[in-house]
Amino acid sequence: MTAPAHSIKRGVSLYSFQEEYFLRTLSVEDCIREAAAFGARGIELIPEQMIPGFPRVSDEFVDSWFSWMEKYGTTPVATDLFLDTKRYPDRWLTLEEQVASFHRDIDIAVRLGARVVRAIINTPPEVMEAAAPYAEDRGVRLLLEVHAPFHYEHPWILQHLEVMHRTGSPALGLMPDMGTFVERFPRVVSERALRDGAKPELVDLIVRTYDDHGDTHALMDVVNYRGGGPVDFGLARQATHYIWTEPKSMLEHMALIGHIQAKFYEMTDDEVEYSIPYDRIVPVLVEGGFDGYLSSEYEGNRHIQDAFPVDSVEQVRRQHTMFARLLGESSGEQQDPVLPTPPAVGAGPGTGPQTTGTGSY
Amino acid sequence: MFDQYIVCEEGFRPLEDGRTGGVVEVRMPYYRGLALSMVEAVDLVLDGQPVPPSRTTLTVHGNTYTFDQLPRTTDDRWEMGERAQLAFETDEPLGPGEHDVAVAVRLRISYMPVPGGGRDSKRLTLAA
Repeated sequence: MTAPAHSIKRGVSLYSFQEEYFLRTLSVEDCIREAAAFGARGIELIPEQMIPGFPRVSDEFVDSWFSWMEKYGTTPVATDLFLDTKRYPDRWLTLEEQVASFHRDIDIAVRLGARVVRAIINTPPEVMEAAAPYAEDRGVRLLLEVHAPFHYEHPWILQHLEVMHRTGSPALGLMPDMGTFVERFPRVVSERALRDGAKPELVDLIVRTYDDHGDTHALMDVVNYRGGGPVDFGLARQATHYIWTEPKSMLEHMALIGHIQAKFYEMTDDEVEYSIPYDRIVPVLVEGGFDGYLSSEYEGNRHIQDAFPVDSVEQVRRQHTMFARLLGESSGEQQDPVLPTPPAVGAGPGTGPQTTGTGSY
Repeated sequence: MFDQYIVCEEGFRPLEDGRTGGVVEVRMPYYRGLALSMVEAVDLVLDGQPVPPSRTTLTVHGNTYTFDQLPRTTDDRWEMGERAQLAFETDEPLGPGEHDVAVAVRLRISYMPVPGGGRDSKRLTLAA
């Protein structure tokens, strides 16, 4: 099949392999090798997950990191930061400390050669604004994750958009998490609830309400009125935490979007995602001229690990087969982008065709 | 999310320093490492009897902390998937054979309005 010209690239967040890394059946190098094997060229890392000793990052780790990139033909693309506002038991981090935490994590991204930093959803807009100059000086973009249950009209996101537009900083932008486009309830989640003892009629009510895009606000109450217990409440809460919005809602923000976290819960044997319609998401990204990475974020392991062997590598492989198909690649191997010329590896922000107007509209 | 992996099946053993009690190896049910100041509790119930936190310590990569010290420990971390040693004192020596070991971990996760963590229980055989 052919797809319209685009320069969307494929990547993997090593978050996808959390089950195997946790159990020490895959090392960081193994994760990179597996990602490269199915043609993913961009690597996203959560330093707090896979760099023991964080926030100290040894020269030895950095050397290994770049040697793996060379060995497997991959590129460091993004790191994900956290903001531990509750680091101390008795007080909130001050604004100054929050900004210092950002600076620290920007420095780590730079050392690892990543030009994109995921700013976690709990980041206050004032921290983004205060950290932007530091990021800009170092050629890094801070992208706020737009994570369910948030969406582009939510006040929390609107406050962030206000900062991005008012400052016009090229260092600020958005990182949509595809968990905001959950069209039907992930069955790995409802099936787990059943295994954990949820009442089938309540699971059915929750899943049907979600799939009909009905009103989920009072689901926990209704489940309570119908005799639900903790597992049923947990599932009802999940139904309020997933959201479905039209993928086209990304279009008007495309100039700010620098990276996509391609969340998924289950790639079926047919190589489609059970609950997230990537066949309608990818065309929106193409239409909007997105030129960054679709970065896999597998999160199904936690829902199946009680009853089934987890094979995150196979799940991510299937997602990339799907991406290659939707992006019009002729085989599983990533081909060179068709148009326009992508920024050179290691080039700073603002060099890509889509980033020139970032944040300035 | 990693609740079922909290209690490690290997490494359950008596204390070797002359005190009565034992060591159970535990992992944090979270997808990243966390500074110890955000580990609010690692509660142990042994054979149905709660062990007070004052009689337990947590050791990460060779560094041992009491639970009174944890809230102030911002410069050391419990890494993702790391097997920490939860050492505990008991009044009587641990009997040989199997024991019920239940561990509940409570974490302070900044982006969550409610406590994070999880719980796990396993029947473990004391190493000889």
